[in-house]
Amino acid sequence: MTASDWQGLLKGVPSLLGGLGINLQILLGLVTLGFLVGIVIALIQVYGPRPLATLAVGYEWFFRGVPEMVLLLLIYYGLRQFHVPITPFIAAVVALGLRSSAYQSQIFRGAIQAVGSRQMMAALSVGMTRLQAIRHVILPQALRLSIPPWSNEFSSVLKDTTLASAIGVIEVFKRARFIIGRQYGLALPAFMLVALFFLVLTYMGNWILGALERRYRIPGFEAKGTGERF
Amino acid sequence: MELIFKWEWLPQLGRGLLLTVELTAACISIGAVLGLLIAIARLYARGPIYWLASAYVQFFRGTPLLVQLFMVHFGLAGWGIRLTPLLSGIIAMGLNTAAYQAEYFRGAIQAVKRGQTMAALSLGMTRGQTIQHVIVPQALRLVLPAWSNELVYMLKYTSIVYLIGLPDLMGIGRTIASNNFRFFEIYAVVALIYLALVLIITFGLRLVEAAIRVPGLGTARQ
Amino acid sequence: MALLVVEDLHKRYGKEEVLRGVSFTLERGETKVIIGPSGTGKSTLLRCINRLTEPDRGRIWLNGEEITSRRTNIYKIRAQIGFVFQDFNLFTHLTALDNVRLGLIRVKRMPRREATERAMRELARVGLADKANAYPAQLSGGQQQRVSIARALAMDPKLILFDEPTSALDPELIGEVLQVMIELAEAGMTMLVVTHEMGFARSVADEIIFMEKGVIVEQGPPEVLFTNPKVPRTAEFLRKITEFYGESS
Repeated sequence: MTASDWQGLLKGVPSLLGGLGINLQILLGLVTLGFLVGIVIALIQVYGPRPLATLAVGYEWFFRGVPEMVLLLLIYYGLRQFHVPITPFIAAVVALGLRSSAYQSQIFRGAIQAVGSRQMMAALSVGMTRLQAIRHVILPQALRLSIPPWSNEFSSVLKDTTLASAIGVIEVFKRARFIIGRQYGLALPAFMLVALFFLVLTYMGNWILGALERRYRIPGFEAKGTGERF
Repeated sequence: MELIFKWEWLPQLGRGLLLTVELTAACISIGAVLGLLIAIARLYARGPIYWLASAYVQFFRGTPLLVQLFMVHFGLAGWGIRLTPLLSGIIAMGLNTAAYQAEYFRGAIQAVKRGQTMAALSLGMTRGQTIQHVIVPQALRLVLPAWSNELVYMLKYTSIVYLIGLPDLMGIGRTIASNNFRFFEIYAVVALIYLALVLIITFGLRLVEAAIRVPGLGTARQ
Repeated sequence: MALLVVEDLHKRYGKEEVLRGVSFTLERGETKVIIGPSGTGKSTLLRCINRLTEPDRGRIWLNGEEITSRRTNIYKIRAQIGFVFQDFNLFTHLTALDNVRLGLIRVKRMPRREATERAMRELARVGLADKANAYPAQLSGGQQQRVSIARALAMDPKLILFDEPTSALDPELIGEVLQVMIELAEAGMTMLVVTHEMGFARSVADEIIFMEKGVIVEQGPPEVLFTNPKVPRTAEFLRKITEFYGESS
């Protein structure tokens, strides 16, 4: 690398960090959406009436089977085609959020089933309604069990926020490409820098989730992560 | 609201589909071989080889695949290493999935009981023979469910290679869509084709699982 | 010279000294039984003999060749020493036949046909020829242990080490395994057996070794040890173990 390359890279750092902020905003949005929808889907799958439960399974299956990239383009350009004024940012949050909700629902369903029907029976036997039982007995346990597999999903969606660049969100990866467009010699270093950002974020995320898990750990009530790629 | 889909688009999409399948097959195979070696290095090697293998896994699992793809295709070009888009795609995705597969293999190898190693050694087998004839054959059966997930994941993720100019299913779909301004219809059909592929792979691998299943070994699917 | 010579064997795990200077010999065709309370280093001793566990100090000779020497090819030695584990450790992914054949093909480089014939002979010897194509999970514990004995026998070992071969078995399955072991002893196989089966020890062993806390407390022929032990501790242990396990077998 030449001196001017170094300079160019250094000058690009603020812009890249600004882009990273967009990635974090997308992340926050999609994780929240995925979490809420995921829980609802999981509850319907376990406790819902038959036709509704089947529908929820179909939902999960669809959003797990379609590539993120196709979902992004389908939602953004598909809606624009029908003159829905959706911004790239919102489209990214919705597309990635719905995909994540399918994966998260699988995590929550597994956890709810792991808590087991005996806990439900015990809750009903002290006079709780089904909803109370879910709210006060099942979910507090299931959410604890969900943390390890959930951190896998978290680090997966964190990286997927870069896909938003494909529908024109100016996030960190897109910014890196702008820098490279001006100064082609920066291709490898700029991408390396972006990679480094994500390594740091992944570590931080895992650290926070690990701390969360320890914070809410109950003796004798632990579960191992599946280690699968969600 | 009017939907338009012309049947003549299907053969074009079919050509893209072929490339998607080839790309998936190529990168998943490279990843399997490399991943197994990395897993073995992480488990049995010490010193620099162990550290190298661990750093490899950390890097490829901790950074976006999109960035990895561009690093290989455009980044290396900055060093004078110019790869065709196809080669870049195969290499980047193969290196990426190798890191994930390495972790699945590692878990499966660790799940093989210690007594199996002891028994093999007690017959006079070397460490290498033990790994080859006892541990790996068992680990491969144990790893299959996780491995099928990875295959599906990679199949879906190949859809990003259109960004470096490859005419895969996604890429062809995009071209047709923008030429005809029929985004919704084309992308919906593309989504359905991916779904069908996922379905075929999932059921195909379940058949394989059933075929090589050994009583008492491996986990039944939930 | 004796077939197996063990001299001043020491092994420690962290702070705990599991073996504290164990010495004994084993002649060709002899069966010795090692008894003693749990956690006194009996299993460690067996594993040191084929160096599945490395001893810290001491030497071992098999047939005049020093096993503990750095220059020894340990794989060749292990192929000559059969080992029967407490929990069988049959290769889970292989049928009974393949379990017995694997060492012949991979270690002894025997042609496949010959290996198959040999393996079938050994399976027949332990009465399981009809189970050749069964996987371990499809066999009872007693059957699994018999296959693992066949696996050891197929290698033509000079000596077989048994590490509590019946401890993991349901009571009704112990007999079939002991029966095979008795037949082996009668056929002149050299065996070193760690077991709690006092009936077996009494009727089959040429000599009994009583171990406790990493050392040999007393050794001698069963009739002497069982009726007239020199060390009071031996008598106490034998009384307790007979109460606990009975002498049924």
